Amino acid sequence: MTEAFIHAENLTFSYKGSNGADDIPALTNISLDIQKGEYVAVLGHNGSGKSTFAKLLNLILEPTSGTLIVGGTDLSSGDLSEAELIALRRRVGMVFQNPDNQLVATIVEDDVAFGPENLGVPMPELRERVDGALATVGMSEYADREPHHLSGGQKQRVAIAGILAMRPECIIFDESTAMLDPLGRREVLDTIRALNRENGMTVINITHYMNEAALADRVVVINDGTLLMDGTPDEVFARRDELRAVGLEVPQCAELIHRLREAGVPIEGTAISTAKGCAELLVAAFSKRGNENG
Amino acid sequence: MKSIAFGQYYPANSPIHRMDPRAKVILTVLYIVCTFLCRNTLCFAALLLSAVFLTVLSRVPIGMILRSIRPLIVILTFTSLINVFMTKGERLLTPSWEIPLWGAHVWRIRIFAEGLWNALFMVVRIVALLIGTSVLLSYTTTPIALTDALERLFSPLKKIKVPVHDIAMMTTIALRFIPTLMDETQRIMNAQKARGADFTSGGLIKRAKALLPVLIPLLVSAFNRAYELASAMECRCYHGGEGRTRLKILHLRVSDVFAVLLLVAFGVGIFFLNRVGILYTMK
Repeated sequence: MTEAFIHAENLTFSYKGSNGADDIPALTNISLDIQKGEYVAVLGHNGSGKSTFAKLLNLILEPTSGTLIVGGTDLSSGDLSEAELIALRRRVGMVFQNPDNQLVATIVEDDVAFGPENLGVPMPELRERVDGALATVGMSEYADREPHHLSGGQKQRVAIAGILAMRPECIIFDESTAMLDPLGRREVLDTIRALNRENGMTVINITHYMNEAALADRVVVINDGTLLMDGTPDEVFARRDELRAVGLEVPQCAELIHRLREAGVPIEGTAISTAKGCAELLVAAFSKRGNENG
Repeated sequence: MKSIAFGQYYPANSPIHRMDPRAKVILTVLYIVCTFLCRNTLCFAALLLSAVFLTVLSRVPIGMILRSIRPLIVILTFTSLINVFMTKGERLLTPSWEIPLWGAHVWRIRIFAEGLWNALFMVVRIVALLIGTSVLLSYTTTPIALTDALERLFSPLKKIKVPVHDIAMMTTIALRFIPTLMDETQRIMNAQKARGADFTSGGLIKRAKALLPVLIPLLVSAFNRAYELASAMECRCYHGGEGRTRLKILHLRVSDVFAVLLLVAFGVGIFFLNRVGILYTMK
């Protein structure tokens, strides 16, 4: 078997129905592999099960059935010891949506230290990790500030530093930009990208923003708890009609290409997920036409 | 966002600010004992001087300290009056004024010198108590440092199964969320105002009722936050106080020990000064 970092096979999860009601299925038969160092976006609208998927990956929720192996640890066996659980959560960090609800301490550096403190990292190394993590997210100069004086994007970067200080192998972003303004979103997305590109971090970004998904190497679309699509952003956004059928839009630039093609404009190429790619396709198409006319 | 003073912390860089918070807790307890040891004029003079000395040392503006005494004026006046009128001594200062009440009853006002002294002493004691504790702790120690210090000072209680770490963690989180929840309260109030809620008119009961539509959403949101925070803490491997290390290790320095010894010496000094009966000694 290949050494995928995350290996899910027929992964299923149902929320227990309260007061004897039927169980509510959230994920059914998800099968996918995520390799080390990949940057994967998980797309889906609210209630699609994408956050449930994230919560399964570091065992905040336990799989109902199927197989889930993360970093060689079998999470579906259901008998992990406390030490194994902590080891797993160290390796798979998670950044949540609301920056206010994940910062524990009243001073930035104390908050970043919270994770490694829990792991029992001794002192000189602890300080190194905290300073290193803050430097990685570009928040070193805010080390002794109070989090409630920071902007949303800065708070979220502190939260990322808090995860980084645990030295994880994979970070899951569970709609981490949903509450941020455009500037804050840019800060966080740049940080995520740098982590993946420069530090080789495996990144799973759970989002419902198409433009964000387009930044990933690979897009996984989940709808009604099932895996709908899995491919590069260009492949996924080429299937606009299927996405639209489940209530999802493609990025605006991809939409533009689709509409031009529908209107009979011959545009070749597949790089439709980013504005840059689209612009190149359009330039190529126009210059070809210019050559034909001239 | 407005800056909400956590407690009353006044940021400055004074010898008291730099002191180990554990030493400050011990000093505060010792200082309280000292204020109650005082018995005579000399002792209270020394106490007043020590309070002034601590204030100067802490670099907390005198205005702030005087403001913190203001709410106590009622209590100070009340205690003084009781002491002035109720103390029976030997040196009567006034002729026996008699105020007729009803029938044959009269109220005889007699003010003794002892009463005046006692009133003065009580005022000095209360003021010193307030200045001592606020300058040694609340103005110069962040609540987090204080929580940390208390966790360590009480850590022997872990042996008898007191969840010292958990209590400290809960306190820290509560302190961390004060500004967040204050913001939230303001947001909810604005939202309700936008829908025509009125928080400012009407009697006490009406106003209290008007707050209900604020408190319920606030409570619901606080529970949601608590749930998310718990998830986030679990994700960051929190599993109680066992095996945790610390980024900030408290160091008890020589100067801290020296300060504690100095205050003990002050207490012993007061104990002996009590025997030197100058002017007046409290019974």
